Amino acid sequence: MTHPDVPSAYLRDKRTPPPSREELRARIPGWGADLDPADRPSHPKLQYPADTGAHWDFPERQPGGEGREHSVEHAFVTPVFGTAQPLSGLSGAIRRFAYTRFSEGRLAHWMLLIVGDRVDAWGSHLRSFVSLRPDMPATGLRTEFTRGGLRSRRGRSDVRHQLLDPVIVAGPWVAVAAATWTGVRRLVRALRG
Amino acid sequence: MRAMVYRGPYKVRVEDKDVPAIEHPNDAIVRVTLAAICGSDLHLYHGLMPDTRIGHTFGHEFIGVVEQVGSSVQNLQVGDRVMVPFNVFCGSCWFCARGLYSNCHNVNPNATAVGGIYGYSHTTGGYDGGQSQYVRVPFADVGPAKIPDWMHDEDAVVLTDAAATGYFGAQLGEIAEGDTVVVLGAGPVGLVAAQSAWLMGAGRVIVVDHLQERLEKARTMAHAETLDYDEYDDVVVEMKKQTDYLGADVVIEAVGAEADGNFLQQVTGTKLKVQGGSPVALNWAIDGVRKGGTISVVGAYGPIPNAVKFGDALNKGLTLRMNQTPVKRQWPRMFEHVRNGHLTPREVVTHRFPLEHIAEAYHVFSSKLDGCIKPLILPDAA
Repeated sequence: MTHPDVPSAYLRDKRTPPPSREELRARIPGWGADLDPADRPSHPKLQYPADTGAHWDFPERQPGGEGREHSVEHAFVTPVFGTAQPLSGLSGAIRRFAYTRFSEGRLAHWMLLIVGDRVDAWGSHLRSFVSLRPDMPATGLRTEFTRGGLRSRRGRSDVRHQLLDPVIVAGPWVAVAAATWTGVRRLVRALRG
Repeated sequence: MRAMVYRGPYKVRVEDKDVPAIEHPNDAIVRVTLAAICGSDLHLYHGLMPDTRIGHTFGHEFIGVVEQVGSSVQNLQVGDRVMVPFNVFCGSCWFCARGLYSNCHNVNPNATAVGGIYGYSHTTGGYDGGQSQYVRVPFADVGPAKIPDWMHDEDAVVLTDAAATGYFGAQLGEIAEGDTVVVLGAGPVGLVAAQSAWLMGAGRVIVVDHLQERLEKARTMAHAETLDYDEYDDVVVEMKKQTDYLGADVVIEAVGAEADGNFLQQVTGTKLKVQGGSPVALNWAIDGVRKGGTISVVGAYGPIPNAVKFGDALNKGLTLRMNQTPVKRQWPRMFEHVRNGHLTPREVVTHRFPLEHIAEAYHVFSSKLDGCIKPLILPDAA
């Protein structure tokens, strides 16, 4: 062999051929069962199924679609849709504006939906404080003690950014609590004259 | 009924909700007997997916028993044990008629760029999901399949998304006999993708991750070589060395929007959320595949842009193939593979939580505690 130190990338063929079929079949259960690319379920990409189970050309329309938000890239509210958590309140107004004003191709559409999500979350948190089940900054934390929080993370490189999690998750709560405390103190002082 | 409920980023709990009702003549109501948390549920849990509303019930991997059917349902009866693909799809639109069930145009009014998905925010249609005791299943004549008598429930639930997505991911790679296939991510999808790559004739399968229990699973379940990226200053260079400086013929990206491996991308993408997640794995795929090679992307990304090295993909002449999985299209062949032991989906399952402990399940899975690879949810367990 000429140039034995030159890697495959610089030559016509791979220097190390793959193992033989017999060797692979002996080692790997089912090796080569889908060897023919034309006989795989997703080939070709566009493939007309014999029967999808649909017995309609266009589905009957689900009631209640009038006024439901939809992408402006759709001609109408689709015949079937989810009815969970309909739009409501300030977050609902923000989300509806995102849907009616901007197409999916505009970053503003998605950023407004994220803003709507945060408004929804904080409104929900505030309401929870006057309920019997106030929200916590994070849930499931007891598993840090019952499922080996320290042990599980030992030696993992992602611990570096996981250290940010308490700041990211609890930071806004601490900031809101501090602002509330400061505001209340100032109000009390002002009332006392 | 009892159901998992989203209360904001990093906050979930179980609440009482109304049992869903038939809202369309082809609906069914399914009593959930087993559900799972998917890695992509963590994108919702971390607040990365736009239009995730407070009160939403997650869960797009579930099986159950038909409790009620609408007036036009012909193929299912009350009492049938069914597995439900994560896709909500009509079976009749332009896309479904061509087998692209995950791209159905008749089920998601909120977006045209993605089809309908159970319990996956309003961006995918606003359907409550299956991490609950009951769930509404639209197009009952099209989506669900009766669970074969011989099939284990845990195989069935993993087949509703993770396993089907791994198998689909290997197909997207257009693997030719003898190819070197690198799988990024040894989660449930990556593990099944690695198993599937062998079925399609791979000559070598290398799985990249950094969690030891997952790398071990890749070796034992998928018979793959493994690379722990924590051991290398730059894992892409190691991928090149391992392939005699060619790069892999095929890279399957089975990580998605919360990839580790680059501190800056992680912090900007998943903590500060100034981009739509962390595309580290996608960039590793672009760097690590050989020129003229193929990248299969089945890791989940949201609609917000990412910092992806598209120029390198162009200059290397890559083929990038991707989609959400049209699950039901995979099932007949996958059922054969599961029955004869070529694919072993339930091997990925490591944890089982009662629904009432859903907050603990999410935290354990999100933080990768206790060797968690795949948590299942038992709706009726005490």
